Amino acid sequence: MSNPYHIVVCGSIVPDPLQTLEPIASPTGPALKNELMLPAVLDPWAGHALFEAANLAKQLPGSKVWLVALGPKAKLQQVLMTVAQKVPFELVALDGPSGGFTESFEVAAALAEAINAIPALDKAKMLVFGGWESASRGTGSTMQMVGERLGVIDQFQGVDQLTVKPDGSLEILERVEGGKHQVSVCAGAPALLGWATGNLPEPANNPQVGMLNMRTAMPALQRAKPAKIANEGLTFAGVSLPKQRRETRIVKDLTPDAIAQELVAWIKQD
Amino acid sequence: METILFLAFTEADGSLGQLALETLSAAQSLATSLTGSKFVAGLIGATVQPAAEAIATSGVVRLLGVSGVEFAQSRYSTDAAAAEAIAKSAGATIILAPAGSRANRTLAGVAQRLGGRIDTHVTALAATDGKPAVTRWYYRQRMEGVLSRSSRPWIVLLESGCAPAYAGPAGSATVEGVLVALPHIRTEVTGLKSPPADQQTIRPDAKLLLVAGAGWTKKQPDGQAHAAEAEQLILGFLQQAQASLGSTKSLVDLSGEGQAVLKFMTHLNQVGQTGSTPRHQKGLATCCHGEEPHTVGWRFINERRAINLNAACSWAQGKADVLYVADAFEVLRKVNALLGATS
Repeated sequence: MSNPYHIVVCGSIVPDPLQTLEPIASPTGPALKNELMLPAVLDPWAGHALFEAANLAKQLPGSKVWLVALGPKAKLQQVLMTVAQKVPFELVALDGPSGGFTESFEVAAALAEAINAIPALDKAKMLVFGGWESASRGTGSTMQMVGERLGVIDQFQGVDQLTVKPDGSLEILERVEGGKHQVSVCAGAPALLGWATGNLPEPANNPQVGMLNMRTAMPALQRAKPAKIANEGLTFAGVSLPKQRRETRIVKDLTPDAIAQELVAWIKQD
Repeated sequence: METILFLAFTEADGSLGQLALETLSAAQSLATSLTGSKFVAGLIGATVQPAAEAIATSGVVRLLGVSGVEFAQSRYSTDAAAAEAIAKSAGATIILAPAGSRANRTLAGVAQRLGGRIDTHVTALAATDGKPAVTRWYYRQRMEGVLSRSSRPWIVLLESGCAPAYAGPAGSATVEGVLVALPHIRTEVTGLKSPPADQQTIRPDAKLLLVAGAGWTKKQPDGQAHAAEAEQLILGFLQQAQASLGSTKSLVDLSGEGQAVLKFMTHLNQVGQTGSTPRHQKGLATCCHGEEPHTVGWRFINERRAINLNAACSWAQGKADVLYVADAFEVLRKVNALLGATS
């Protein structure tokens, strides 16, 4: 088996998907109504990236996982109380906005700067992980920019599987069109992987892991550097919820035969 | 004055796909509406001449190309180098590209190299008073924003179905080859992995999307779950109707947890918050309950019907055009028989 990795996972927080979201205009641009009051979770695809990173680190002793997260400090702390119980990692926190209307170029600059400042990070062993898109801005552009800033040009997006080969090369499955995966083999670290769902279930909470993580996470949160995201050159003309509500015809009294006939006629209609 | 670059990756035979042709027509419209702008095309692939000839009469004033065996593969390092070289050669201020997996993987990194900005998953593009603006969705298709930028170059990745496909006549074309400084290549693409032919359930070009919910795996009136029959009915329907298959998160999560469920169902089928938002003309939701399939998952489905045992399903009401209150097993059995008899 190959050498250990230094795995840096970029991931932030998003409003709990079960919450109703409403856009509002704020002095700094669009925002969500009661944004700071909304319960937050770790961004789902970033979560998959973190769990895959921890799984890989577990298989290769000597590997280490950092979670680099940009978000409002108080919200980060709240989410970490849960996430820290899942898998071991060291937190690098940045205090700044994590909403969907922030500029990915500036977010990438802040994340790359934080990664570059990790003292023990060996870039020759570095794998940069993250979600391929966030559930907030959803551009799928931040990770590539982080990679470019770190000089990593072996990049993969929509990753569902990573296998470390005996020679240290990485076999990677990326989502492409038509429900297929593109299979690539990369010579090894450094590389950047934007994860889709991966293959791992969410780990169960482990209070012991949580206690170990929080020992380093709390100081990391206290010394979180402010990250200024100014959205330079970006102007929103407006953000709105889709208004369309359909008039649903509710069909209660038809037999399965009659419904089937109606559906087949509809399917065959151009 | 803007220089608008239409940038596309060619197919294996050197042609342009449907999404690229749609993006070309959007770029053409933008160039027309921005007075004094310059319209340029850039093509990347193993070979680009067939594509160049196909778009020769589209109004582009320059046709730039990067071709060769290194660019046949969809790989970040070589694609980014090629796109960067074309963008610089064109002096592009606005770059429009189709939002396929190849451009989605690469062009954000190119924006970084160019010191520009990027907007992806764009669903509309317009120019008002000489100022271009794009429309895209935020928070996984929950809200729509319209934005413009003063930063240049500005890369815009256009989604499918947002513009008519370019259908102008072909012509003769001279492609200006652009030199690319290739990086050391450390990644080889070794192929594509597809599900077995009988389990190929995702068809992006299908007219109809069938969304299956966790109800298919629940106990039926006889007190038993009938996952095997559910599989047979769903696969039969997909085959007969040539439909694509979407799934709710709860159903694919059940598969991941190793329960006896639908074997062909994977996370690739998942629609909604952490899945895809596919574009099809029609959608039929079966045994689904919840916001995910009915709002986010089929945001871009035009005609929507649902089969659900719960007449009060608040997610289907107001989101579907028709809600059939019925047992999906019974209905799909009959539908499959009818489709089989009429095919």
